[in-house]
Amino acid sequence: MKRLLTIDLHKIFKNRASKLILITYFVLLSMIALAAAVKINIGINEFQLAKEGIFEFPYIWHFTTYSAAYLKLFIAIVVITMMTNEYTYGTLKQNLIDGLSKQEFILSKFLSLTALSLVSTVFVFIFSLILGLIYSKDTSSEVIFTDLQYFVGYFFKLVGFFSMCLFLAILVKKSAFALGLLFIWNIIEGIAGLTLRFSISEKFSDSVQKYFPLEAMSNLIKEPATQLSVIKEMKDALDPMAAAKDYSVQFSDIMIVSVWTIIFIGASLLLLKKRDL
Amino acid sequence: METILSVKELSKNFGRLQAVKSVSVEIQKGNVYGILGPNGSGKSTTLGVLLNVISKSSGSFEWFGKTMSTTNALKKIGAIIERPNFYPYMSAAENLELVCKIKNCSLDNITRTLTLVGLEERRNEPFAHFSLGMKQRLAIASALLNNPEVLILDEPTNGLDPQGIHQIRDIIKSVAAQGTTILLASHLLDEVEKVCTHVLILRKGEMIFSGSVNQMSNSEGFFELSAANNALLMEVLQKHPAVEKMELLDSKVLVYLKSPLAAEDLNKFLATQAIYLNHLISRKNTLEEEFLELTR
Repeated sequence: MKRLLTIDLHKIFKNRASKLILITYFVLLSMIALAAAVKINIGINEFQLAKEGIFEFPYIWHFTTYSAAYLKLFIAIVVITMMTNEYTYGTLKQNLIDGLSKQEFILSKFLSLTALSLVSTVFVFIFSLILGLIYSKDTSSEVIFTDLQYFVGYFFKLVGFFSMCLFLAILVKKSAFALGLLFIWNIIEGIAGLTLRFSISEKFSDSVQKYFPLEAMSNLIKEPATQLSVIKEMKDALDPMAAAKDYSVQFSDIMIVSVWTIIFIGASLLLLKKRDL
Repeated sequence: METILSVKELSKNFGRLQAVKSVSVEIQKGNVYGILGPNGSGKSTTLGVLLNVISKSSGSFEWFGKTMSTTNALKKIGAIIERPNFYPYMSAAENLELVCKIKNCSLDNITRTLTLVGLEERRNEPFAHFSLGMKQRLAIASALLNNPEVLILDEPTNGLDPQGIHQIRDIIKSVAAQGTTILLASHLLDEVEKVCTHVLILRKGEMIFSGSVNQMSNSEGFFELSAANNALLMEVLQKHPAVEKMELLDSKVLVYLKSPLAAEDLNKFLATQAIYLNHLISRKNTLEEEFLELTR
C-alpha cells in the first residue's frame, strides 16, 4: 500500500505544474475566510456575513465544507492530467513492463486521490476550527463537535468526484477531452432530469435523479444558505407552506456515491485490462 | 540448461489481422538471442504479449518455469520497448528512483547503472533535455536497475547516430559478458551477427527459423570462380559430385555445393581437367543474405 502510494505521489510532486496547482488550491481554500469581510446590501438592510453567524459552530462546518467543495476542480485537473500524461508519455506501458500490475497501477492512482481528499478534508477542518474559534460566541466542546458529519460527506464527495475524473481520463486519454466530457456529463444529467420531470412527473424525476453520480455528489452537502437565519426568515415569509428541509448528510447519499466510486474504479481497471497498449 | 522462457503456440489477432501466428520457442539461460524480422513481422507484438502489455489471443507462455506470476517475473526482467518512455519533467535520477520503487530494488543501483551507461554526470538533468542517444542509454540503465536475469531490448539502436549505435552495442556486449540472457529485437542484421549467439526469425507473424547464428549461416557456402572460358568451366563442374547448381553472374560462375568441398580440392580437380582459374573465392552467405533468402 505504502509503496503504491509513494509511487504515485512521486509522479505528482516531481511535477512543477501539479505542485503549483495544489498550492493554489490550498491558498484559495484559505481565502474562504475572506467571506468574513463580505457585506451585502439588500434594500435598506446592510448585513455582514460574519455577523450573521456563518462562522458560528456548528453552522460553520456546513458552510465551509459546502464552499470548499467548489474548489475540488483544481485537484480534479491534477488527477486528470497526471493520468492522461501516463498515456502521452508512454509511461503507463513502461510502468507495466517494469513490473507494476494493472490492479496495482489503478490502486496507486486511487490511493493518491484518496490521500489528496483526506489532506483537503483535514485542511478544511483545521481552518474552519480556527475561524470558528475566532468568530463563535459559543465555543463549548459539545457545540464544536456537533455536525462533523459534513466532513464525512465532504470526504466521500471528493473521493467520488476524483474517481470519476480518473475514469474519464482513462476513457478518453486526453486531458482536454476528459474535462470536456465531465462538463458534458453535467449537462446530460441536467437534461435527463428535466426530461423526466416534464415527461413523467416531478416526484419521479426527484426519486431517479438522486442516483445520478454528479447529482448524488452534490446532494451529499446541501446548500447552506437557506439554513442561515436571515435568509430562512425571508424564505419563510415568501413561502410559509414550504416543508422544513433536512440539511444533514444522508447515509443513503453516501452509499450512492460509494457505489459510484466502486463503479468508476472498477470500470477504469476493466478498460485498462481490455485495452492493448 | 535452464529454460528461462517457454512459449507455446502463442497467437495474437488484431481484429481480422493475425499479427502473431502460433509461435513456440524456448529461451535458454545465458544465451543472447536476436529476434529478426522485417517491419510488421510481429516482433514487437510478441514482446508486448510476453511483457504483459498486450493480451494474447491464444496459446501460453511461462517465465522462469511457472514458479511465479508474470507481474513478479517482470521484476526480474529488464525491458525497453520501441522508444524510451520516461517522465520528461523528472531528472534522470528521479525517473530511475520511480522505477526502483516499482521494481522494489535498492536505490543504490541508480548510481551504478548510470555510471555503466555514462550518464552519471547528467543525473540531475531533466529527461526532456536529453538527446535520443542519451534517452536510449537511460532506458538501458533503467532496465539494468534490478540486475535482471533477462534483458529485453526492442530496437535499441533505432534512430541513433553511428557513435550512439557503437555505445549501445558496447553496453550490450558487456552485459552479455556477465552471463545475462538477452533478447534483442532488431532489423539491423550486422548488429545481431556481432552480439548474438542465437537467432529467431519471424515473418508475417510466423517463426520461420530458430537456431544458433552458426547454424543459420551453416549452409555449405559457395565458390565464386572465373576462367578464360566460363562455358567450359561450367560444363566440367557439372560432373563434380559435390556441386549442386551453378549460376553465371557478371562473368563470374557461382558454384553452390551440396557437400563440403575445400577450395584447394576444387582447384586441383579443375587443374586435372586442364582448366586454370583466374579468380577463386570461397564464400559463405552473410546473415543478411541468409535472412533475405529466408524471408523472401
